[in-house]
Amino acid sequence: MSRRVALEASHAVAEATRMADVDVISAYPITPQTHIPERLAEMVADGDLDAAYIPVESEHSAMSACLGAAAVGARTFTATAGQGLELMHEVVYVASAMRYPVIMAVANRALSAPLSVWGDHSDAMAVRDTGWIQVFCQNSQEAFDLTIWAFRVGEDPQVLLPVMVHLDGFTLSHVTEPVLLPEQSEVDRFLPRYHYRFALNPDQPMTHGAFGPPEIYAETKLAQAVVFDNCKKTILQGWQEFRDVFGRHYNPVEEYRTENAETLLLTIGSFTETAKIVVDARREKGEAVGLISLRLWRPFPFEEFRRAVRGAKTLIVFERAISFGLGGPVVAEVRSALYDEETRPKVASIIGGLGGRDMSEEDFEYVIDRGREVAEKGSDRVLETVGIRGESEALKR
Amino acid sequence: MTDKLTWKDMEVGNIVKEAGNACFRRTGDWRTERPILDKDKCIKCALCWLYCPDASIKPGEDGYYEADLYYCKGCAICARICPVEAISMTEEEER
Amino acid sequence: MAITEVKFGDRLLTSKEFLAEGHNFCIGCGEPMAIRMVLKTLGENVIMAMATGCDEVTTTPLPYTSWRIPWMHTLFENTAAEISGVEAGLKILMKKGRIPERRITCIAMAGDGGTSDIGLQALSGALERGHDFVYICLDNEAYMNTGIQRSSSTPYGASTTTAPAGKMSMGQITRKKNIVAIAAAHGIPYVATASPSYHFDLMRKVRKAADTKGPAYVHILTPCPTGWRCGGDITVQIGQLAVQTGVFPLYEIEHGRYRLNADPPRLKPIEEYLKLQGRYRHLTDDHVAIIQEMVNEDYAGLKEKAACFPVEAKE
Repeated sequence: MSRRVALEASHAVAEATRMADVDVISAYPITPQTHIPERLAEMVADGDLDAAYIPVESEHSAMSACLGAAAVGARTFTATAGQGLELMHEVVYVASAMRYPVIMAVANRALSAPLSVWGDHSDAMAVRDTGWIQVFCQNSQEAFDLTIWAFRVGEDPQVLLPVMVHLDGFTLSHVTEPVLLPEQSEVDRFLPRYHYRFALNPDQPMTHGAFGPPEIYAETKLAQAVVFDNCKKTILQGWQEFRDVFGRHYNPVEEYRTENAETLLLTIGSFTETAKIVVDARREKGEAVGLISLRLWRPFPFEEFRRAVRGAKTLIVFERAISFGLGGPVVAEVRSALYDEETRPKVASIIGGLGGRDMSEEDFEYVIDRGREVAEKGSDRVLETVGIRGESEALKR
Repeated sequence: MTDKLTWKDMEVGNIVKEAGNACFRRTGDWRTERPILDKDKCIKCALCWLYCPDASIKPGEDGYYEADLYYCKGCAICARICPVEAISMTEEEER
Repeated sequence: MAITEVKFGDRLLTSKEFLAEGHNFCIGCGEPMAIRMVLKTLGENVIMAMATGCDEVTTTPLPYTSWRIPWMHTLFENTAAEISGVEAGLKILMKKGRIPERRITCIAMAGDGGTSDIGLQALSGALERGHDFVYICLDNEAYMNTGIQRSSSTPYGASTTTAPAGKMSMGQITRKKNIVAIAAAHGIPYVATASPSYHFDLMRKVRKAADTKGPAYVHILTPCPTGWRCGGDITVQIGQLAVQTGVFPLYEIEHGRYRLNADPPRLKPIEEYLKLQGRYRHLTDDHVAIIQEMVNEDYAGLKEKAACFPVEAKE
């Protein structure tokens, strides 16, 4: 029998990790992720969770300890944000190449400089190429659900890849919402015990992490790309099974009121919920406006994305990071995904929500209107943004 | 051998499952001189066996310790540490 | 009948080679010498995490491995953090009954770079957290794998490629970082220095380190013919001279108390050690005199610390 409890998203992630019977937690605190390791430490201290909690001395060591634990077959979890994700950057690549299914929650935070502990997606954008399966959560229920799902998919013997569960720093991580918590028996039914067939042990001495001379490195990378391509199957299967056990269905791309939509707004993460209110308001007024939200970020959901935007005249990407010298990182991927389509919408990108800057309904109203304008006529600004003082004067040279 | 492997042959996580599979490598090709054991002098103390960096000196059935020339790199450590100078180095032959 | 053991002195050592023949270590390298002794002491119930470095690249070029023990490598500076995860993982899995209870010695092995420099943070963290493992530093006194660049373990006066002797420089102008004292400062139960030239001492210490509950640190000086520019045949002799001149004394620190393992009545002059190595050949008599001062000073300091455990004067 599910219980409905008020849970901060961070605590929802911790609770999911507890119910998943994690073996090793190795984490370093960093705002706004701290509530996750804190709650987990509390659970271990009270005997509610039988796990090894390693209070490592940095994020680089946090991920490194996860690799060691994963190598001996432990179910492992860590969490970080912003600078922490950057500090462990090199280790993040190693986790995926070595096929260790580490599960990591990232409370998305802006990157320094200047120092900002507040939310945006610049930390996530910096790890796009790392070979991790990545999803973005919209609310606390998703934070809980996708964490449980992450263990299922990452540890699947056909997958064996690490998974990142992104949740917006502060605007989601610190938000208390009602969450439906399942029975432990349901979780146990959904998530099998982890058995890692390559675990280091003296009876079967294996070598993990041999180096790659030029004669072989390229083959290993192609192999990794193929595995990553194949994991989509298990990702979808995992969501299918999730629905069967828990009743909630997730998909790679959420479509909201996209039927006959002429204008589509694309959002990622918790601001999706605010944007949906504005979409409703527009629909009230008779405008054919819809929204798509990318839940699955890596592997990029090309199929579902292309299908979702088919028929729309305009696609406005709202994103929360800048790729200096390029523009919006998400719109670059979106354009790339649409380039070969026979028919495709005009695309514009509006960047906002940086470093904790909130987005109101009015802001999303602006995004839709200005986005349509820019998609139609182009832009003379260095970047199209929302909510940045003086933005209309930041003109290209 | 490596250049026959395709991406399909890569193990999960590039793990090498076969312990010590590098032992096919003939490091004996490296040497410019080789050790010769004088069994009359040898006291079978096994110091050479312990000290050989390449683990090429092997205990024989007869109790003597001799270098496996497949692996021996000719460092001459065995010759220098033998307490009874039973090992001498001689120039490796031309192939 | 297959030979499984070798009678060595009054012991029986396994003839099994956990580090397989056919590896790519340089001719005469001190590292495989030390590694063989370590593994013959500890046997097969180990899991080793190794840093990027000489010992890693010479033993594991994909798709081959020289290791006959469970072994892992990820990066350069995180070995201690990695082994922390291995140790904690094994413990919890045994506790939860997922894997059978058994004794497995967790070993972290890294060079002087991966220990004293880039690896210092991870080492400090692992020691402070008290994981039950053995950290072994194979010290060849520079970043040898990448081409003999200086490290904080490079001794005063040695020439390396990034602190070379030149018209305006005498090579390394800083003194060797005392990583052994740093390890001991973490309050761990056992710290030791060792040399493969003193095989029984090394094996005894490795055994002791493995049997110690909690973190243990063993610092092994492994001569590098390539980087030290000496003959590959005198590796054992160089190691002996390092000890006999007082440059690398053999001692243990048990729960903070120093014990000197060998205290020759008279230290050999440092000249005997330096003259065998090309990395010191640029030194003038004045430099050598300074180095002799430093060695005398450090050795006296060590003896003072070890005063509570007087040792018989023997080699």
